[in-house]
Amino acid sequence: MSQILTDEQARDAVTAAVLRIVPDAEIDTLDDDEPIRDAFELDSMDFLSFVELLSDGSGARIDEEDYPRLTTMADCVEFLTHRSA
Amino acid sequence: MADFRMPSLGADMEEGTVLEWLVHPGDTVHKGDVVAVVDTAKAAVEVETFVEGVVTELLVDVGSKVPVGTPLARIADHQHAAPPKTAVTPEPPEHAVPPEPPERQRPPEHPVTPLIRTLAAELGVDLASVTGTGAHGRITRRDVQRAAAASAQTPVAVAEAPPTTPEPSRRPVTPYARRLARELGVDLSTVVVDDVIDADDVRRAAARPATSPPPEPAIRPAPAAAPRPATEPPSAPAGRPGDSHDRMRETIGRLMARSKREIPHYYLSTTVDLAQARGWMQERNRDLPVGERLVLASLMLKATALAVRKHPQLNGFWVDDAFVPGTGVHLGVAISLRGGGLVAPAIHDADRLGVDELMSAMRDLVTRARAGRLRGTEMSDPTLTVTNLGDQGVESVHGVIYPPQVALVGFGRVVERPWAVDGMLAVRPVVSLTLAADHRATDGFSGGRLLATIDQLLQRPEEL
Repeated sequence: MSQILTDEQARDAVTAAVLRIVPDAEIDTLDDDEPIRDAFELDSMDFLSFVELLSDGSGARIDEEDYPRLTTMADCVEFLTHRSA
Repeated sequence: MADFRMPSLGADMEEGTVLEWLVHPGDTVHKGDVVAVVDTAKAAVEVETFVEGVVTELLVDVGSKVPVGTPLARIADHQHAAPPKTAVTPEPPEHAVPPEPPERQRPPEHPVTPLIRTLAAELGVDLASVTGTGAHGRITRRDVQRAAAASAQTPVAVAEAPPTTPEPSRRPVTPYARRLARELGVDLSTVVVDDVIDADDVRRAAARPATSPPPEPAIRPAPAAAPRPATEPPSAPAGRPGDSHDRMRETIGRLMARSKREIPHYYLSTTVDLAQARGWMQERNRDLPVGERLVLASLMLKATALAVRKHPQLNGFWVDDAFVPGTGVHLGVAISLRGGGLVAPAIHDADRLGVDELMSAMRDLVTRARAGRLRGTEMSDPTLTVTNLGDQGVESVHGVIYPPQVALVGFGRVVERPWAVDGMLAVRPVVSLTLAADHRATDGFSGGRLLATIDQLLQRPEEL
């Protein structure tokens, strides 16, 4: 029942999650190595929403210990493409 | 027959503007129903009625600014309801959004929000002609401003832009560069590069002598709020009187000045070991789906709410040279708004909520505060405010009390520090806990006891 995400799908999931929290976010210009929280000024509540949306959108299980592995787009893609539903 | 009047939603509020009516003549309303959206200088707020009955007449047009206390609508008892009469005909709200229940929150999705609609009205933009570029086709502030600029036929700042880009000023900008531009006062439409504008470009531009003052787009605490758009044509509304962002800063400024002028503040601080609290929370979060997990802030709020119940002289108001205790523990939570600005709406009876309910209420409040959907009672009722600047990297907060409250509790950033435990050295997550209090209402002894109680409660998180 596990489903591995492609890079593309992972990116889309991150993009969708950010846009739900910051609808005006210029995510196309986000560098792959730019910290997402800084770029879009996400505080701890926003980040929690981001993780929730990411988890729902990708089907991946995300634990609290995983939060540091979701710092940049590259990190998120790496994490999501290796974590199945 | 009774009047629903413009409420006072904060210590310094003198007037408000009706942004939207959420009821019509003929509707029945009950106590606590939200009937209108009002724009104070700080935020758009949903106001509730405490009069029950049938709305017979709406007395004030959408868009009119009236003093606090002005009758806004007539509400008749059910038995005496005369046939509804509209003295004014407000447009039926296109998207009357009911207040969201305080469950697990997602950011709200509205095709057009009242704030966007007001912005469009101010800029003379017909919303029907605007294509929404936001998520799910929503119309964003930038869409409206772009439409206004297009119709104003302003010459756009052009330079050696790549020929493939139809609107040269729409060069993409990295998010960090945008924030830097805002801080350094750089007008992004004057930054000329061939591709994406990044932070170095902005810094270089900041070092140049300014050719024109950076424009001040109208910023509101709107749902689609993000750092200012890069594409502001030079002749866009620049610092117009009544500009929402400026008004908010002005109001905050007046309130803070009054606070410092009138309230003799005293300050206390202590450091709290959060090892127990964090350990308990992480253990609990392990078994919970993301949406139900706690953050430390929820434990801090609960501890504060319970503590002030034991020290009620810090929970209430200073009015006419006397202390008036609060009717309950309605904790104001300081929330920063995107684009600048601060509100501190209340979580009612925070001492009676379970920690997970408090977490839920906090998330809901933050979402609605940023979307401009706070309620009147949330604005007027806080009995004590808590501010948490930990996310900003600030270690300790020495704040300014919101009059007429008598205290402000501050939490800083949780940091790992060496700590003495049983005569030996350990490393613990600790947080700076501060109190700013009104010396007319209490003295250092009471304030100190409050902080000590908060500390004790945080050592037994399972009892929160």
